[in-house]
Amino acid sequence: MAKKIDETQVRRVAKLARLDLTDDEVARFSTQLSAILGYVEKLNELDTDSVEPLAHCLPMHNVFREDVITESLDTELALRNAPQHFESFFKVPKILDEDSGA
Amino acid sequence: MSELEYKIVVGLEIHVHLATRTKMFCGCELVYGGEANSRVCPVCIGMPGVLPVMNKQAYEFALLTALALNCKISDFTKWDRKSYYYPDLPKNYQISQYDLPLAEAGYIEIPLETGQTKKIRIIRVHLEEDAGKNTHTLGNFSAVDLNRAGTPLLEIVTEPDMNSPAEVRALAVELQRIVRYLGVSNADMQKGHMRFEPNINLQITKAGTEYKTPIVEVKNLNSFRAVEKSVAFEVRRQLDEFAETGRTMASGNKSTRGWDDENEVTVLQREKEEAHDYRYFPDPDLVPVEMTDEWLTRIKSRLCELPIEMQKRFITEYSLSDYDAGVLTAERKTAEFFDAAVKAGADAKRVCNLLTQTGMKLANEAGCNVADLGISAENLAKLAKMAGAGDISATASATIFEEMAKTKKAPDVIAAELNLLQKSDAGELESVVDEVLAANPDAVADAASGGKKTKKARGFLLGRVMQKTKGQANPKVVSQILDKKLS
Repeated sequence: MAKKIDETQVRRVAKLARLDLTDDEVARFSTQLSAILGYVEKLNELDTDSVEPLAHCLPMHNVFREDVITESLDTELALRNAPQHFESFFKVPKILDEDSGA
Repeated sequence: MSELEYKIVVGLEIHVHLATRTKMFCGCELVYGGEANSRVCPVCIGMPGVLPVMNKQAYEFALLTALALNCKISDFTKWDRKSYYYPDLPKNYQISQYDLPLAEAGYIEIPLETGQTKKIRIIRVHLEEDAGKNTHTLGNFSAVDLNRAGTPLLEIVTEPDMNSPAEVRALAVELQRIVRYLGVSNADMQKGHMRFEPNINLQITKAGTEYKTPIVEVKNLNSFRAVEKSVAFEVRRQLDEFAETGRTMASGNKSTRGWDDENEVTVLQREKEEAHDYRYFPDPDLVPVEMTDEWLTRIKSRLCELPIEMQKRFITEYSLSDYDAGVLTAERKTAEFFDAAVKAGADAKRVCNLLTQTGMKLANEAGCNVADLGISAENLAKLAKMAGAGDISATASATIFEEMAKTKKAPDVIAAELNLLQKSDAGELESVVDEVLAANPDAVADAASGGKKTKKARGFLLGRVMQKTKGQANPKVVSQILDKKLS
């Protein structure tokens, strides 16, 4: 039987997630992910015709905060975890395609 | 290519920064031009284990805008994560709304050059967060400032209902006017508060067959000029391309282009493999939003008269020209100031002239709105009425306007103080005219002759009357009296 997640799909998802996998890992994850999906498929046996889709697992909604300024991190502290910084900027490998924003 | 018949088809995606004090999901202050990374916290720099919380003001600003755009507000919305792999949004996803946007199916009415308006349909309105800024390149590195990361960003998507570069520009300008009227955004183009992305293609008719050119999306335009020019450029480019290649729209051949402002051309951007595989999924950190009637009613009560409605009203009720009405409704303060003065009984055209000819120049110099010069609508109305009644001359009304801004005094007080009141009393002026006529029989003869000296002599007599009254006679009334006496 063909795998539910074949190696091409694993490679594609890995690429999207910026993961560098060895051939060995690709084969292993393909088997593992297929097994997981197969297991989860059991849920399909459940009749959900009369169940409303759920957008969130918590029975809550409309949790807001007021538009009030709170203190930001000290710039030095904010930069501390970054491998590199330039003055008060984070310094990162050059961004080739300018597609910031959305 | 000019012999080809074609129709331009443009849809717009617009991003608007909302003018809240703090970010969308954390309490960091929104500042423009602050020190890099001085307004960041664990939430907006994407530290693990933090929890975003919605800014209520941002949500309500979004609702208000959606209502002004005649949208249907959703009863239920949720938040989704959109995969994103750039360091200007370091948590590797952008919080956005995917399948359940906060509002859908509206329209915006835009003014056309013909004086008519056109409705452009709105597909959806949703909220998301902006990314930070990659400010400059340091050799093989980029510098990232996350002060902007997390700014509430309203995305508005229109149907492809625009059919010319001018219409696209008109929509951009109208939207700026609307969000400013509502007070939900400063909509300052220079600060990137509004960004536009037009989707452009052509429907070309050739030998009775219709062809559609491949759709081009132009990214990140941040001036009205760039919006209009880029669409115009694309029209020419797509016509040329069609003539050359005959390529037509097909699944997967939409492309993305950037705008080169200096050379005024669009430039093909490198296509990213699988760029559109955003893999949206619901954000487990944020709970959904449910709309209640009571809440919606409260937001609705904050709506104001929309600029386009006001513009139309000024034209129909006050008989202003489309141009004047457009100038007066460019900003809400100006429009309301004008409206209040007219409602206080002044002639609309006169108030309009005072504001556009004298007021706006002063406001410009003072760097404020004309409504903020310190003149009350009542005093503005009074000034217009005085000018209308002929109590003051046109020149004097400009002087008084300036003086009102300076001293905050009422126009009649200023007119009296500066001796600017005109004499319009026909009886009083008639005796002065009689004196002048009696003293200048030669000029009277010339004026009555009907010959070529008439005009000059008449002007001379009028001048004598003005001199005698120290310039305070209403020239119109004097002229009428002269007409009567000399005929």
